[in-house]
Amino acid sequence: MRILVVGGGTGGTIVANNLARRLSAEIRNRRVRLTMLSATDRHMYQPGLLYVAFGQMTPDQLYRDQRSLLESNIEFHVDPVEKFLLDQKKVVTKSGQTHDYDILVIATGSRIVPETVPGLAEGAETFYSEASAVKLFKKLREFEGGNIALVVGVPHKCPIAPVEFIFSLHDYLKLRGIRDKTNIKYHYPIGRMHTIANVATWAKPEFERMGIEIETLFNVKEVDAENKVVRSEEGTETQYDLLIAIPPHKGMEVIEQNNMGDGGWIPTDRYKLTMNGHDDVYVLGDTTNLPVSKTGSAAHFEAEVVAENIASIVKIGTPVRDYDGKVYCFIEAGHDRATYAMFNYTTPPDLKPASKPMHWFKTAYNQMYWTSVRGLL
Amino acid sequence: MSTNKVIDARGSFCPGPLMELITYMKQASVGDTLELLSTDEGSAADVPEWVAKVGHEMLGSENVDGVWHLKIRKAK
Ligand SMILES: Cc1cc2nc3c(=O)[nH]c(=O)nc-3n(C[C@H](O)[C@H](O)[C@H](O)COP(=O)(O)OP(=O)(O)OC[C@H]3O[C@@H](n4cnc5c(N)ncnc54)[C@H](O)[C@@H]3O)c2cc1C
Repeated sequence: MRILVVGGGTGGTIVANNLARRLSAEIRNRRVRLTMLSATDRHMYQPGLLYVAFGQMTPDQLYRDQRSLLESNIEFHVDPVEKFLLDQKKVVTKSGQTHDYDILVIATGSRIVPETVPGLAEGAETFYSEASAVKLFKKLREFEGGNIALVVGVPHKCPIAPVEFIFSLHDYLKLRGIRDKTNIKYHYPIGRMHTIANVATWAKPEFERMGIEIETLFNVKEVDAENKVVRSEEGTETQYDLLIAIPPHKGMEVIEQNNMGDGGWIPTDRYKLTMNGHDDVYVLGDTTNLPVSKTGSAAHFEAEVVAENIASIVKIGTPVRDYDGKVYCFIEAGHDRATYAMFNYTTPPDLKPASKPMHWFKTAYNQMYWTSVRGLL
Repeated sequence: MSTNKVIDARGSFCPGPLMELITYMKQASVGDTLELLSTDEGSAADVPEWVAKVGHEMLGSENVDGVWHLKIRKAK
């Protein structure tokens, strides 16, 4: 049996390592062959970009060599897939290689598309890539006061990032002694300041205490970079000196090019995590079209389900369990405090008060991530 | 040609039904109809509020066995 994992980020790495362990005997006696194809030989810990934006981490600290994270019985090639020939059970890569499979796992993630909003790429800073996070930090260091506006594109990965960014920004500007010379305005697409109702209930008074202005129902329509104005679909506008955007996202272009899902989001069964109409194709992480947060945490829990099910198919001919929509998110709350939200399809998040130990745990997790993707945690 | 699309946001606490609607509204063409399925009681109020504010058209909303079916036409 040939198992092919496409994508070597959070979801792909966890699924491959988990399978490598569960199926070590089958791989050893050549009943199973486990292959990963990815687009790069480096693995980035993406949540670290938030720290890079405030000069608390440097980019080199975010990377590990991908091969070093994988079990030795996984065949690994840096050779991105260009064609998915699902009816023929094969993929074709950039180098022209063809890989056949019996079971395919797709975990190609998502990408930022600021260019889909007029003026956003030119007018706004972001921290959703290495280069942009470094550039934003340099801008923040030069900043001497004025109006900072944060806007949020839809959809976006890490839905808690806008709130965390504001807490960190407030702390950073205070440390530099320019908080009283700075107005911060937070804009959010829906009618409350965070999509998770009790995150909104908790964060709103915190923001008010910090003197953060909030505008809800603000979907970015365009940015006039010359006049430093950002306008919303809802008909309002905000003047800024420094504009920071959580950019809108799409799935990878290769998904759209192969007609596997509008916007690069693959239609996925919410429990089985198979691609609709293809029981031999599993999908996880950011690239699903599921109404689940695009987070490493969701990718992790999905990966565990997918690996267990594929291993069971090999061993007993059937999958054994469903994904229940589980997500667990740390929330950095400023002042060296953090909290978390955990939820699934049926249980809403129950937010605990922010505390220092939770912040230390999150700080530790920034290192523990590497153990976690190896499947040891 | 306008199309009908069903967005299954049942059980979504994050990103939540309205965020899902905004995502798919961006992908839709003017004239398309979107049917949002939501188990969030708040959707009955917050979806029409957003639809009115942006200037799309609310075609209907009904609760069938605890699931809101909200129909919206993309108007611009
Ligand atoms: C600033 C920031 C903060 C974040 N904070 C958090 C947080 O606090 N908590 C949290 O849980 N999540 C957080 N996230 C989100 C998290 O990083 C992602 O949701 C997670 O990495 C998604 O995993 P994935 O496996 O779907 O995709 P990724 O990890 O992005 O991996 C995709 C992989 O696919 C590969 N690939 C792409 N195209 C191809 C192709 N054609 N062929 C083969 N391979 C391909 C890529 O090289 C990559 O290896 C944050 C993200 C950002 C940017």
